[in-house]
Amino acid sequence: MTPMLRRAAAAISSFGEDHRGTRRGLFPVNSGSGPAVMPAPAEGVENPKVSLQNICLSYNTNSGERLHALQNIFLDVRCGEFLCIVGPSGCGKSTLLHLIAGLHRQTSGEVLIDNDEVQGPGTDRILIFQELGLFPWLTVGQNVEFGMRMKGASRQEREVKTREYLRLVHLAKFKDSYVHQLSGGMRQRVALARALATEPDVLLMDEPFAALDAQTRDLLHDELERIWTETGRTIIFVTHNVREAVRLGDRVALMTFRPGRVKREYTVNLPRPRHLEDADVAGAAREILNDLREEINKSLEEEYGHDARA
Amino acid sequence: MMRALRYVLFYSVLIGVWALLAKMKIWPPYLFPTPWGVGEAMWAGFLDHSFWIAIAVSMKRMVLGYALSIVLGMFLGLGLASNKFLEETVGGLLVSLQSLPSICWLPIAVLWFGLTEKAILFVVVMGSLLSVTISMETGRKQLPKIYSMAGRNLGARGLQLFWHVTLPASLPYIVTGLKQGWAFAWRSLISGEMIFVSLGLGQLLMMGRDLNDMSQVIAVMILIILLGYLVDGLVFKTVEKRLQTKWGLAPAS
Repeated sequence: MTPMLRRAAAAISSFGEDHRGTRRGLFPVNSGSGPAVMPAPAEGVENPKVSLQNICLSYNTNSGERLHALQNIFLDVRCGEFLCIVGPSGCGKSTLLHLIAGLHRQTSGEVLIDNDEVQGPGTDRILIFQELGLFPWLTVGQNVEFGMRMKGASRQEREVKTREYLRLVHLAKFKDSYVHQLSGGMRQRVALARALATEPDVLLMDEPFAALDAQTRDLLHDELERIWTETGRTIIFVTHNVREAVRLGDRVALMTFRPGRVKREYTVNLPRPRHLEDADVAGAAREILNDLREEINKSLEEEYGHDARA
Repeated sequence: MMRALRYVLFYSVLIGVWALLAKMKIWPPYLFPTPWGVGEAMWAGFLDHSFWIAIAVSMKRMVLGYALSIVLGMFLGLGLASNKFLEETVGGLLVSLQSLPSICWLPIAVLWFGLTEKAILFVVVMGSLLSVTISMETGRKQLPKIYSMAGRNLGARGLQLFWHVTLPASLPYIVTGLKQGWAFAWRSLISGEMIFVSLGLGQLLMMGRDLNDMSQVIAVMILIILLGYLVDGLVFKTVEKRLQTKWGLAPAS
């Protein structure tokens, strides 16, 4: 079956659900030049960098139930695109990144990178974990060059690139520091430099800024946007913060709660650079948030029982 | 500074009370010696080289036995952690064996090896091997998954992953195991030497008893405490603390 056919088959199997692209033009605009966010068209992208084809993931819980974590996920990401994935906690968005990174395996479906199926981890896609996973026994510089060392790059090449990427994240001075000596925001930047230094085509980011204070986060948004523009990487960015997603993404995919599916995709038509406080960003976020709320309620109900929906 | 002062104060008072009690002669001096009597015994012991020889012999046994149990314990511990079946069966057996005081291995050791160095080494190894193995195993299991995931993500495979990620990541746990192993080995060695007569600190302690020389007994006891503390409290604790701070396991001070 071609990807197109599979997509159609899955669309039929989930018929009756509000899948995608059905609420066109519902979003009011502030600037008057077109909607700030609009549901993206259902057609696939041509020659996608990353393509998720009918991804399903289920497993048996300890109580013996079959849990469907991800179901019929189709998602195409263009080369150089900044895609944000939002959803309630527990919807499987982090898991999805792990699948793309090749650290876990899906139950069925395919993850394609440049139309080749992902078989395992590869340095063409680097995941920045929520907990970062920086190596505390190495200095900042050694952390950044770790991927190159594993590849067997020469010492000279490693040194040049380490310096280059540390400069990119403004940490050149901290090359010989250890991770425990850095602040949270600096650690984030080390993780970013470490990921970029392996020169991946795709950067996968799992709620990287969730634990930071607001000022640091704003700063890192700007830096990430700048680095993305400078390096032209494809970025898939997972967050539970809709405003963050609208501020950063070319496109936002909204996921449902258990089973995790892509409920709807939005194109963000706002000029860059954007800021979190922009009225346009806030307005667009509100539209998506309305859709998200439904899913959050579902997740709350699951966790706290039915009286949660007050 | 204040802390050092507190220590000095505490030990001055302790020795003062001891001197006072000894001076009051409630108990006969051959049962309750004075601090300066113990000091003299200590001085004499170092002067006639008997203490130096005992320390050298004990330390040699210690280093040999400890090194053996580290190597064996690493393989055993990592092996157990990698296999669920082994972990449940052999691991369970090891935990129950640990309730056996290591000196209980001495009769077997003497029957197997005779009154040789091998017998005392066997007791030392049996004393520390189990605790090294168990802490290696738990360390390996407690190891945060994130490090190996990050390593694989950055392109590390197989042996590379073990050498560059798993091993350094488990270092704090390994050091905790080593520290515990050292403490157990030290206890086993001294008790082994007390029963098994052939030089060493434990034997020196028993010699003090045989000569009815209470000052020497206390002097050797203090020596054993000091040596144990030197390695355990200073060397291991410093390394452990530094590792834990660096690895982010303990709040930086």
